[in-house]
Amino acid sequence: MYNPTVARLTYRALLGRRRALILFLLPGMLLLIAAAVRAFNGADDQVAADVLGGFALATMVPLIGVIAGTGAIGPEIDDGSIVYLLSKPVKRPTIIFTKLIVAIAVTMVFSAVPTLIAGFILNGNGQQVAVAYTVAALVASIAYSAMFLLLGTVSRHAVVIGLVYALVWEALFGSLIAGARTLSVQQWALALAQKVTGDGLVTSEVGLTTAVTLLVAVTVAATWFAGQKLRKLTLAGEE
Amino acid sequence: MSSQAPDTTQIHNIGYRSYDGPRLGRAYARRSLFSQSLRGAYGLGRSAKSKVLPMLLFAVMCVPALVIVAVAVVTKQSKLSIEYTQYALFLQVVISIYLASQAPQSVSRDLRFRTVPLYFSRPIERADYVLAKFGAMASALFVLTASPLLILWIGSLLAKMDFAEQTKMFGQGLVSVALLSLLFGGIGLVMAALTPRRGFGVAAVIAVLTISYGAVSTLMGIAYATDNQGAIQWLGLFSPMTLIDGVQTAFLGAPTGFPDGGGPGAGVGVVYLLAVLALVAGSYGILMRRYRKVGL
Repeated sequence: MYNPTVARLTYRALLGRRRALILFLLPGMLLLIAAAVRAFNGADDQVAADVLGGFALATMVPLIGVIAGTGAIGPEIDDGSIVYLLSKPVKRPTIIFTKLIVAIAVTMVFSAVPTLIAGFILNGNGQQVAVAYTVAALVASIAYSAMFLLLGTVSRHAVVIGLVYALVWEALFGSLIAGARTLSVQQWALALAQKVTGDGLVTSEVGLTTAVTLLVAVTVAATWFAGQKLRKLTLAGEE
Repeated sequence: MSSQAPDTTQIHNIGYRSYDGPRLGRAYARRSLFSQSLRGAYGLGRSAKSKVLPMLLFAVMCVPALVIVAVAVVTKQSKLSIEYTQYALFLQVVISIYLASQAPQSVSRDLRFRTVPLYFSRPIERADYVLAKFGAMASALFVLTASPLLILWIGSLLAKMDFAEQTKMFGQGLVSVALLSLLFGGIGLVMAALTPRRGFGVAAVIAVLTISYGAVSTLMGIAYATDNQGAIQWLGLFSPMTLIDGVQTAFLGAPTGFPDGGGPGAGVGVVYLLAVLALVAGSYGILMRRYRKVGL
Protein backbone atom coordinates (compact mmCIF):
# COMPACT_ATOMS: atom_id res chain seq x y z
CA MET A 1 0.00 0.00 0.00
CA TYR A 2 2.95 2.36 0.53
CA ASN A 3 5.25 3.27 -2.32
CA PRO A 4 8.54 4.93 -1.31
CA THR A 5 9.17 6.48 -4.73
CA VAL A 6 5.79 8.15 -4.86
CA ALA A 7 6.36 9.35 -1.31
CA ARG A 8 9.76 10.83 -2.19
CA LEU A 9 8.33 12.67 -5.19
CA THR A 10 5.45 14.02 -3.12
CA TYR A 11 7.77 15.24 -0.37
CA ARG A 12 9.81 17.07 -2.97
CA ALA A 13 6.72 18.63 -4.54
CA LEU A 14 5.49 19.81 -1.15
CA LEU A 15 8.70 21.04 0.42
CA GLY A 16 10.74 22.03 -2.62
CA ARG A 17 12.11 25.54 -2.98
CA ARG A 18 9.91 28.43 -1.91
CA ARG A 19 6.85 26.34 -1.13
CA ALA A 20 8.20 25.32 2.24
CA LEU A 21 8.37 29.02 3.16
CA ILE A 22 4.60 29.27 3.56
CA LEU A 23 4.73 26.18 5.70
CA PHE A 24 7.42 27.70 7.93
CA LEU A 25 5.67 31.08 8.08
CA LEU A 26 2.64 29.88 10.03
CA PRO A 27 4.36 27.92 12.81
CA GLY A 28 6.90 30.76 13.11
CA MET A 29 4.02 33.18 13.64
CA LEU A 30 2.53 30.93 16.34
CA LEU A 31 5.82 30.69 18.23
CA LEU A 32 6.28 34.47 17.94
CA ILE A 33 2.83 35.10 19.40
CA ALA A 34 3.41 32.55 22.14
CA ALA A 35 6.66 34.24 23.10
CA ALA A 36 5.07 37.71 23.00
CA VAL A 37 2.13 36.57 25.13
CA ARG A 38 4.42 34.98 27.69
CA ALA A 39 6.54 38.14 27.84
CA PHE A 40 3.54 40.47 28.18
CA ASN A 41 1.38 38.35 30.37
CA GLY A 42 3.34 35.65 32.17
CA ALA A 43 2.09 32.07 32.35
CA ASP A 44 -1.71 31.77 32.43
CA ASP A 45 -3.55 28.53 31.70
CA GLN A 46 -6.69 30.19 30.33
CA VAL A 47 -4.74 32.50 27.98
CA ALA A 48 -2.64 29.55 26.83
CA ALA A 49 -5.80 27.59 26.02
CA ASP A 50 -7.26 30.62 24.19
CA VAL A 51 -4.18 31.14 22.02
CA LEU A 52 -3.74 27.45 21.21
CA GLY A 53 -7.46 26.96 20.57
CA GLY A 54 -8.10 30.22 18.72
CA PHE A 55 -4.94 30.48 16.67
CA ALA A 56 -3.21 27.11 16.48
CA LEU A 57 -6.13 24.71 16.16
CA ALA A 58 -8.70 27.01 14.52
CA THR A 59 -6.48 28.73 11.95
CA MET A 60 -3.07 27.17 11.58
CA VAL A 61 -3.93 23.46 11.43
CA PRO A 62 -6.66 23.84 8.73
CA LEU A 63 -4.46 26.16 6.64
CA ILE A 64 -1.50 23.79 6.73
CA GLY A 65 -3.92 20.92 6.07
CA VAL A 66 -5.20 22.72 2.97
CA ILE A 67 -1.69 23.43 1.69
CA ALA A 68 -0.37 19.93 2.33
CA GLY A 69 -3.52 18.00 1.41
CA THR A 70 -4.29 19.71 -1.88
CA GLY A 71 -0.60 20.38 -2.61
CA ALA A 72 0.15 16.64 -2.49
CA ILE A 73 -1.87 15.95 -5.64
CA GLY A 74 -3.46 19.14 -7.02
CA PRO A 75 -0.51 20.66 -8.93
CA GLU A 76 0.29 17.30 -10.55
CA ILE A 77 -3.25 16.88 -11.88
CA ASP A 78 -3.22 20.52 -12.86
CA ASP A 79 -0.10 20.48 -15.02
CA GLY A 80 -0.89 17.01 -16.38
CA SER A 81 2.29 15.35 -15.09
CA ILE A 82 0.09 12.92 -13.12
CA VAL A 83 -0.21 10.82 -16.31
CA TYR A 84 3.43 9.77 -15.99
CA LEU A 85 2.69 8.49 -12.50
CA LEU A 86 -0.60 6.85 -13.49
CA SER A 87 1.02 5.03 -16.41
CA LYS A 88 3.35 3.17 -14.05
CA PRO A 89 2.27 -0.22 -12.69
CA VAL A 90 1.26 1.21 -9.33
CA LYS A 91 -2.27 0.79 -8.03
CA ARG A 92 -4.16 4.06 -7.86
CA PRO A 93 -5.42 3.53 -4.31
CA THR A 94 -1.74 2.97 -3.43
CA ILE A 95 -0.85 6.35 -4.92
CA ILE A 96 -3.61 8.02 -2.90
CA PHE A 97 -2.66 6.19 0.28
CA THR A 98 1.01 7.12 -0.08
CA LYS A 99 0.19 10.74 -0.80
CA LEU A 100 -2.16 10.77 2.20
CA ILE A 101 0.61 9.46 4.48
CA VAL A 102 2.95 12.18 3.21
CA ALA A 103 0.30 14.90 3.62
CA ILE A 104 -0.48 13.71 7.14
CA ALA A 105 3.20 13.64 8.05
CA VAL A 106 3.81 17.14 6.70
CA THR A 107 0.71 18.55 8.41
CA MET A 108 1.65 16.91 11.69
CA VAL A 109 5.23 18.12 11.61
CA PHE A 110 4.28 21.68 10.73
CA SER A 111 1.24 21.97 13.01
CA ALA A 112 1.42 19.59 15.98
CA VAL A 113 5.10 20.11 16.79
CA PRO A 114 4.85 23.94 16.87
CA THR A 115 1.64 23.62 18.91
CA LEU A 116 3.49 21.55 21.51
CA ILE A 117 6.42 24.00 21.62
CA ALA A 118 4.07 26.99 21.82
CA GLY A 119 2.18 25.27 24.64
CA PHE A 120 5.39 24.83 26.59
CA ILE A 121 6.41 28.45 25.94
CA LEU A 122 2.98 29.69 27.03
CA ASN A 123 2.59 27.93 30.36
CA GLY A 124 5.01 25.02 30.57
CA ASN A 125 2.26 22.48 29.85
CA GLY A 126 0.28 23.49 32.96
CA GLN A 127 -2.92 21.43 33.30
CA GLN A 128 -1.82 19.39 30.25
CA VAL A 129 -2.95 22.20 27.92
CA ALA A 130 -0.01 21.84 25.54
CA VAL A 131 -0.38 18.06 25.29
CA ALA A 132 -4.16 18.29 24.87
CA TYR A 133 -3.94 20.68 21.93
CA THR A 134 -1.09 18.70 20.42
CA VAL A 135 -3.28 15.59 20.47
CA ALA A 136 -6.08 17.61 18.89
CA ALA A 137 -3.71 18.93 16.21
CA LEU A 138 -2.44 15.41 15.45
CA VAL A 139 -5.94 14.01 15.08
CA ALA A 140 -7.17 16.98 13.07
CA SER A 141 -4.13 16.63 10.75
CA ILE A 142 -5.26 13.16 9.71
CA ALA A 143 -8.86 14.16 8.97
CA TYR A 144 -7.97 17.43 7.25
CA SER A 145 -5.31 15.76 5.06
CA ALA A 146 -7.75 13.07 3.91
CA MET A 147 -10.53 15.58 3.21
CA PHE A 148 -8.37 18.07 1.33
CA LEU A 149 -6.59 15.32 -0.63
CA LEU A 150 -10.01 14.21 -1.82
CA LEU A 151 -10.84 17.81 -2.76
CA GLY A 152 -7.60 17.97 -4.72
CA THR A 153 -8.70 15.05 -6.90
CA VAL A 154 -12.29 16.30 -7.30
CA SER A 155 -11.99 19.98 -8.11
CA ARG A 156 -9.59 22.36 -9.76
CA HIS A 157 -10.51 24.95 -7.13
CA ALA A 158 -9.65 22.66 -4.24
CA VAL A 159 -7.70 25.29 -2.31
CA VAL A 160 -10.50 27.85 -2.46
CA ILE A 161 -13.12 25.30 -1.42
CA GLY A 162 -10.87 24.07 1.38
CA LEU A 163 -10.32 27.60 2.63
CA VAL A 164 -14.03 28.36 2.50
CA TYR A 165 -14.64 25.26 4.62
CA ALA A 166 -11.88 26.13 7.09
CA LEU A 167 -12.56 29.85 7.42
CA VAL A 168 -16.26 30.26 6.71
CA TRP A 169 -17.81 26.99 7.83
CA GLU A 170 -15.70 26.18 10.89
CA ALA A 171 -14.88 29.70 12.08
CA LEU A 172 -17.90 31.78 11.05
CA PHE A 173 -20.88 29.40 10.98
CA GLY A 174 -19.34 27.41 13.83
CA SER A 175 -19.52 30.49 16.05
CA LEU A 176 -23.04 31.47 14.89
CA ILE A 177 -24.94 28.21 14.44
CA ALA A 178 -24.55 25.50 17.04
CA GLY A 179 -25.46 22.74 14.58
CA ALA A 180 -22.49 23.56 12.35
CA ARG A 181 -20.19 22.72 15.23
CA THR A 182 -21.24 19.08 15.22
CA LEU A 183 -20.01 18.79 11.64
CA SER A 184 -16.59 20.27 12.16
CA VAL A 185 -13.24 18.50 12.27
CA GLN A 186 -12.04 21.07 14.78
CA GLN A 187 -14.74 20.11 17.32
CA TRP A 188 -14.11 16.39 16.85
CA ALA A 189 -10.44 16.98 17.57
CA LEU A 190 -11.35 19.12 20.58
CA ALA A 191 -13.40 16.24 21.97
CA LEU A 192 -10.18 14.24 22.24
CA ALA A 193 -8.34 17.22 23.73
CA GLN A 194 -11.09 17.48 26.34
CA LYS A 195 -10.53 13.84 27.25
CA VAL A 196 -6.82 14.56 27.79
CA THR A 197 -7.17 17.64 30.02
CA GLY A 198 -10.24 16.34 31.79
CA ASP A 199 -11.49 19.66 33.21
CA GLY A 200 -13.11 22.91 32.02
CA LEU A 201 -10.22 24.49 30.06
CA VAL A 202 -10.96 22.68 26.81
CA THR A 203 -14.56 22.09 25.82
CA SER A 204 -16.06 20.45 22.79
CA GLU A 205 -19.58 20.41 21.40
CA VAL A 206 -19.57 16.72 20.56
CA GLY A 207 -19.19 13.60 22.65
CA LEU A 208 -16.04 11.50 22.48
CA THR A 209 -17.65 8.45 20.84
CA THR A 210 -19.40 10.52 18.18
CA ALA A 211 -16.19 12.43 17.51
CA VAL A 212 -14.03 9.33 17.08
CA THR A 213 -16.61 7.60 14.91
CA LEU A 214 -17.00 10.63 12.65
CA LEU A 215 -13.23 11.19 12.41
CA VAL A 216 -12.58 7.60 11.36
CA ALA A 217 -15.57 7.58 8.99
CA VAL A 218 -14.58 10.83 7.26
CA THR A 219 -10.93 9.80 6.90
CA VAL A 220 -11.66 6.33 5.52
CA ALA A 221 -14.48 7.49 3.24
CA ALA A 222 -12.47 10.41 1.85
CA THR A 223 -9.44 8.20 1.15
CA TRP A 224 -11.51 5.49 -0.51
CA PHE A 225 -13.40 7.98 -2.63
CA ALA A 226 -10.19 9.75 -3.67
CA GLY A 227 -8.80 6.38 -4.80
CA GLN A 228 -11.96 5.73 -6.85
CA LYS A 229 -11.77 9.23 -8.30
CA LEU A 230 -8.19 8.71 -9.41
CA ARG A 231 -9.12 5.41 -11.10
CA LYS A 232 -11.21 7.21 -13.66
CA LEU A 233 -9.47 10.53 -13.77
CA THR A 234 -9.93 12.68 -16.84
CA LEU A 235 -7.50 15.47 -17.51
CA ALA A 236 -9.29 18.69 -18.32
CA GLY A 237 -7.71 21.61 -20.15
CA GLU A 238 -7.30 25.04 -18.68
CA GLU A 239 -10.63 26.81 -18.55
CA MET B 1 3.64 26.49 -72.48
CA SER B 2 6.01 27.03 -69.61
CA SER B 3 8.05 29.45 -71.70
CA GLN B 4 4.97 31.67 -72.13
CA ALA B 5 4.73 32.56 -68.43
CA PRO B 6 3.47 36.11 -67.70
CA ASP B 7 5.72 38.77 -66.15
CA THR B 8 4.14 38.53 -62.72
CA THR B 9 5.14 34.95 -62.19
CA GLN B 10 4.76 33.92 -58.60
CA ILE B 11 4.66 30.49 -57.10
CA HIS B 12 2.16 31.52 -54.43
CA ASN B 13 0.13 34.69 -54.26
CA ILE B 14 -2.30 34.33 -51.42
CA GLY B 15 -2.95 38.01 -51.10
CA TYR B 16 -0.63 39.28 -48.41
CA ARG B 17 -0.97 43.02 -48.04
CA SER B 18 1.00 45.35 -45.85
CA TYR B 19 -0.85 47.33 -43.20
CA ASP B 20 -0.65 51.08 -43.48
CA GLY B 21 -3.56 52.12 -41.29
CA PRO B 22 -3.20 53.81 -37.91
CA ARG B 23 -1.33 51.92 -35.19
CA LEU B 24 -3.13 52.10 -31.87
CA GLY B 25 0.01 52.06 -29.78
CA ARG B 26 0.96 51.73 -26.17
CA ALA B 27 -1.91 53.52 -24.44
CA TYR B 28 -4.46 51.43 -26.30
CA ALA B 29 -2.69 48.19 -25.42
CA ARG B 30 -2.53 49.24 -21.78
CA ARG B 31 -6.24 50.11 -21.73
CA SER B 32 -7.12 46.79 -23.34
CA LEU B 33 -5.06 44.86 -20.82
CA PHE B 34 -6.71 46.81 -17.99
CA SER B 35 -10.27 46.21 -19.16
CA GLN B 36 -9.61 42.57 -20.00
CA SER B 37 -8.12 41.97 -16.54
CA LEU B 38 -10.98 43.81 -14.82
CA ARG B 39 -13.59 41.78 -16.72
CA GLY B 40 -11.61 38.62 -16.00
CA ALA B 41 -11.73 39.34 -12.26
CA TYR B 42 -15.50 38.84 -12.43
CA GLY B 43 -15.29 35.96 -14.90
CA LEU B 44 -16.66 38.00 -17.80
CA GLY B 45 -15.23 36.73 -21.05
CA ARG B 46 -14.26 33.46 -19.37
CA SER B 47 -16.05 30.14 -19.00
CA ALA B 48 -19.34 29.87 -17.10
CA LYS B 49 -17.63 27.88 -14.35
CA SER B 50 -15.20 30.67 -13.59
CA LYS B 51 -18.04 33.18 -13.26
CA VAL B 52 -19.59 31.25 -10.37
CA LEU B 53 -17.18 32.10 -7.56
CA PRO B 54 -16.68 35.87 -8.14
CA MET B 55 -20.37 36.45 -8.76
CA LEU B 56 -21.29 34.42 -5.68
CA LEU B 57 -18.89 36.42 -3.52
CA PHE B 58 -20.23 39.67 -5.00
CA ALA B 59 -23.75 38.58 -4.05
CA VAL B 60 -22.60 37.62 -0.55
CA MET B 61 -21.10 41.12 -0.20
CA CYS B 62 -24.32 42.84 -1.26
CA VAL B 63 -26.99 40.75 0.49
CA PRO B 64 -26.32 42.05 4.05
CA ALA B 65 -26.55 45.64 2.74
CA LEU B 66 -29.90 44.88 1.11
CA VAL B 67 -31.18 43.33 4.35
CA ILE B 68 -30.04 46.32 6.41
CA VAL B 69 -31.66 48.73 3.96
CA ALA B 70 -34.90 46.74 3.87
CA VAL B 71 -35.08 46.73 7.68
CA ALA B 72 -34.30 50.45 7.84
CA VAL B 73 -36.98 51.35 5.29
CA VAL B 74 -39.68 49.15 6.82
CA THR B 75 -39.07 50.17 10.45
CA LYS B 76 -38.47 53.85 9.49
CA GLN B 77 -35.17 54.11 11.35
CA SER B 78 -33.49 57.53 11.54
CA LYS B 79 -30.04 55.95 11.16
CA LEU B 80 -28.61 52.87 9.44
CA SER B 81 -27.74 50.06 11.84
CA ILE B 82 -24.20 49.89 10.43
CA GLU B 83 -21.67 52.60 9.59
CA TYR B 84 -20.46 52.79 5.98
CA THR B 85 -16.87 52.48 7.15
CA GLN B 86 -17.58 49.37 9.23
CA TYR B 87 -19.07 47.38 6.41
CA ALA B 88 -15.82 46.16 4.82
CA LEU B 89 -14.43 45.25 8.25
CA PHE B 90 -17.39 42.99 9.00
CA LEU B 91 -17.15 41.23 5.64
CA GLN B 92 -13.37 41.05 5.45
CA VAL B 93 -13.41 37.25 5.11
CA VAL B 94 -15.40 37.58 1.87
CA ILE B 95 -13.00 40.23 0.56
CA SER B 96 -10.01 38.05 1.43
CA ILE B 97 -11.47 35.00 -0.32
CA TYR B 98 -12.33 37.09 -3.40
CA LEU B 99 -8.79 38.47 -3.54
CA ALA B 100 -7.26 35.05 -2.95
CA SER B 101 -9.28 33.51 -5.78
CA GLN B 102 -8.90 36.31 -8.33
CA ALA B 103 -5.36 37.67 -7.81
CA PRO B 104 -3.73 34.37 -8.89
CA GLN B 105 -5.96 34.05 -11.94
CA SER B 106 -4.94 37.57 -12.94
CA VAL B 107 -1.16 37.16 -12.84
CA SER B 108 -0.23 33.54 -12.04
CA ARG B 109 -1.61 31.99 -15.22
CA ASP B 110 0.43 34.30 -17.43
CA LEU B 111 3.54 33.25 -15.53
CA ARG B 112 2.67 29.56 -15.33
CA PHE B 113 1.95 29.16 -19.03
CA ARG B 114 4.78 31.50 -20.00
CA THR B 115 2.57 33.89 -21.93
CA VAL B 116 4.14 36.99 -20.40
CA PRO B 117 6.69 37.30 -23.23
CA LEU B 118 3.77 37.48 -25.66
CA TYR B 119 2.46 40.56 -23.86
CA PHE B 120 5.87 42.17 -24.04
CA SER B 121 6.10 41.49 -27.77
CA ARG B 122 3.39 44.17 -28.06
CA PRO B 123 4.28 47.82 -27.71
CA ILE B 124 3.84 47.82 -23.92
CA GLU B 125 6.51 48.34 -21.32
CA ARG B 126 6.93 46.56 -18.01
CA ALA B 127 5.36 49.50 -16.17
CA ASP B 128 2.28 49.31 -18.41
CA TYR B 129 1.72 45.63 -17.62
CA VAL B 130 2.16 46.14 -13.88
CA LEU B 131 0.00 49.29 -13.82
CA ALA B 132 -2.78 47.65 -15.84
CA LYS B 133 -2.85 44.54 -13.65
CA PHE B 134 -2.58 46.53 -10.40
CA GLY B 135 -5.25 49.00 -11.54
CA ALA B 136 -7.58 46.21 -12.65
CA MET B 137 -7.26 44.30 -9.37
CA ALA B 138 -7.77 47.44 -7.28
CA SER B 139 -10.78 48.43 -9.42
CA ALA B 140 -12.30 44.97 -9.10
CA LEU B 141 -11.92 45.16 -5.31
CA PHE B 142 -13.37 48.67 -5.35
CA VAL B 143 -16.43 47.45 -7.26
CA LEU B 144 -16.78 44.63 -4.72
CA THR B 145 -16.51 46.88 -1.65
CA ALA B 146 -18.19 50.06 -2.93
CA SER B 147 -21.32 48.43 -4.37
CA PRO B 148 -22.79 47.52 -0.95
CA LEU B 149 -22.02 51.06 0.26
CA LEU B 150 -23.92 52.43 -2.73
CA ILE B 151 -26.86 50.18 -1.81
CA LEU B 152 -26.71 51.46 1.77
CA TRP B 153 -26.60 55.09 0.59
CA ILE B 154 -29.54 54.72 -1.80
CA GLY B 155 -31.42 52.87 0.94
CA SER B 156 -30.74 55.62 3.45
CA LEU B 157 -32.19 58.17 1.03
CA LEU B 158 -35.24 55.97 0.43
CA ALA B 159 -35.72 55.84 4.21
CA LYS B 160 -35.67 59.69 4.18
CA MET B 161 -32.58 60.07 6.33
CA ASP B 162 -30.64 63.33 6.41
CA PHE B 163 -29.16 63.74 2.90
CA ALA B 164 -26.09 65.83 3.76
CA GLU B 165 -25.00 63.68 6.68
CA GLN B 166 -25.53 60.39 4.85
CA THR B 167 -23.67 61.67 1.79
CA LYS B 168 -20.73 62.80 3.89
CA MET B 169 -20.52 59.41 5.60
CA PHE B 170 -20.91 57.64 2.25
CA GLY B 171 -17.98 59.70 0.92
CA GLN B 172 -15.86 58.74 3.92
CA GLY B 173 -16.75 55.10 3.34
CA LEU B 174 -15.74 55.37 -0.33
CA VAL B 175 -12.34 56.86 0.57
CA SER B 176 -11.81 54.04 3.06
CA VAL B 177 -12.66 51.24 0.61
CA ALA B 178 -10.57 52.93 -2.11
CA LEU B 179 -7.53 52.75 0.20
CA LEU B 180 -8.45 49.18 1.11
CA SER B 181 -8.71 48.20 -2.56
CA LEU B 182 -5.28 49.64 -3.40
CA LEU B 183 -3.63 48.04 -0.36
CA PHE B 184 -5.25 44.60 -0.70
CA GLY B 185 -4.87 44.56 -4.50
CA GLY B 186 -1.16 45.28 -4.18
CA ILE B 187 -0.57 42.62 -1.51
CA GLY B 188 -2.64 40.03 -3.39
CA LEU B 189 -0.83 40.58 -6.69
CA VAL B 190 2.62 40.46 -5.07
CA MET B 191 1.85 37.16 -3.34
CA ALA B 192 0.31 35.70 -6.51
CA ALA B 193 3.19 36.84 -8.73
CA LEU B 194 5.77 35.36 -6.36
CA THR B 195 4.00 31.95 -6.15
CA PRO B 196 2.68 31.17 -9.63
CA ARG B 197 1.91 27.52 -8.89
CA ARG B 198 -1.82 26.75 -8.75
CA GLY B 199 -3.18 26.59 -5.26
CA PHE B 200 -0.10 27.94 -3.56
CA GLY B 201 -0.86 31.51 -4.62
CA VAL B 202 -4.36 31.26 -3.16
CA ALA B 203 -3.01 29.85 0.09
CA ALA B 204 -0.28 32.49 0.31
CA VAL B 205 -2.73 35.39 -0.12
CA ILE B 206 -5.14 33.98 2.47
CA ALA B 207 -2.33 33.16 4.86
CA VAL B 208 -0.92 36.68 4.74
CA LEU B 209 -4.31 38.37 5.23
CA THR B 210 -5.97 36.02 7.73
CA ILE B 211 -2.98 35.03 9.80
CA SER B 212 -1.72 38.58 10.23
CA TYR B 213 -5.21 39.73 11.26
CA GLY B 214 -5.66 36.78 13.62
CA ALA B 215 -2.25 37.31 15.17
CA VAL B 216 -2.72 41.08 15.58
CA SER B 217 -6.19 40.78 17.14
CA THR B 218 -4.98 38.06 19.52
CA LEU B 219 -2.07 40.26 20.62
CA MET B 220 -4.38 43.29 20.94
CA GLY B 221 -6.76 41.31 23.13
CA ILE B 222 -3.89 40.27 25.35
CA ALA B 223 -2.45 43.80 25.50
CA TYR B 224 -5.93 45.02 26.49
CA ALA B 225 -6.36 42.34 29.15
CA THR B 226 -2.97 43.20 30.67
CA ASP B 227 -3.57 46.98 30.64
CA ASN B 228 -0.97 47.72 28.00
CA GLN B 229 -3.28 50.31 26.39
CA GLY B 230 -0.38 52.14 24.75
CA ALA B 231 0.69 49.03 22.83
CA ILE B 232 -2.71 48.46 21.17
CA GLN B 233 -2.50 51.33 18.73
CA TRP B 234 0.98 50.31 17.58
CA LEU B 235 0.07 46.62 17.15
CA GLY B 236 -2.50 47.63 14.50
CA LEU B 237 0.36 48.51 12.13
CA PHE B 238 1.07 44.83 11.52
CA SER B 239 -1.93 43.65 9.54
CA PRO B 240 -3.58 45.14 6.41
CA MET B 241 -7.10 45.15 7.84
CA THR B 242 -6.16 46.89 11.10
CA LEU B 243 -4.11 49.41 9.09
CA ILE B 244 -7.25 50.45 7.20
CA ASP B 245 -9.20 50.37 10.45
CA GLY B 246 -6.65 52.71 12.05
CA VAL B 247 -6.61 55.17 9.14
CA GLN B 248 -10.38 55.47 9.05
CA THR B 249 -10.60 55.80 12.83
CA ALA B 250 -8.07 58.63 12.78
CA PHE B 251 -9.26 60.57 9.73
CA LEU B 252 -12.67 59.34 8.54
CA GLY B 253 -14.68 59.45 11.74
CA ALA B 254 -15.18 55.69 11.86
CA PRO B 255 -15.89 53.74 15.05
CA THR B 256 -12.80 51.66 15.71
CA GLY B 257 -12.62 47.89 15.74
CA PHE B 258 -9.73 48.01 18.22
CA PRO B 259 -10.51 46.77 21.75
CA ASP B 260 -11.99 49.39 24.09
CA GLY B 261 -12.01 52.15 21.45
CA GLY B 262 -8.22 52.23 21.59
CA GLY B 263 -7.82 53.28 17.95
CA PRO B 264 -5.08 55.69 16.94
CA GLY B 265 -5.55 59.47 17.17
CA ALA B 266 -4.54 61.90 14.43
CA GLY B 267 -0.84 61.80 15.33
CA VAL B 268 -0.45 58.02 15.19
CA GLY B 269 -2.99 58.02 12.33
CA VAL B 270 -0.41 59.76 10.13
CA VAL B 271 1.94 56.82 10.75
CA TYR B 272 -0.87 54.46 9.71
CA LEU B 273 -1.54 56.43 6.54
CA LEU B 274 2.16 56.52 5.70
CA ALA B 275 2.37 52.76 6.29
CA VAL B 276 -0.55 52.15 3.90
CA LEU B 277 0.98 54.37 1.21
CA ALA B 278 4.40 52.78 1.69
CA LEU B 279 2.88 49.29 1.34
CA VAL B 280 1.05 50.28 -1.88
CA ALA B 281 4.22 51.81 -3.33
CA GLY B 282 6.22 48.81 -2.09
CA SER B 283 3.86 46.36 -3.83
CA TYR B 284 4.28 48.31 -7.06
CA GLY B 285 8.05 48.24 -6.62
CA ILE B 286 8.15 44.49 -5.95
CA LEU B 287 5.92 43.79 -8.96
CA MET B 288 8.21 45.90 -11.18
CA ARG B 289 11.21 43.93 -9.91
CA ARG B 290 9.36 40.63 -10.41
CA TYR B 291 8.73 41.37 -14.08
CA ARG B 292 12.22 42.67 -14.82
CA LYS B 293 13.27 39.24 -16.00
CA VAL B 294 10.48 36.84 -16.65
CA GLY B 295 9.83 33.70 -18.63
CA LEU B 296 12.56 34.19 -21.23
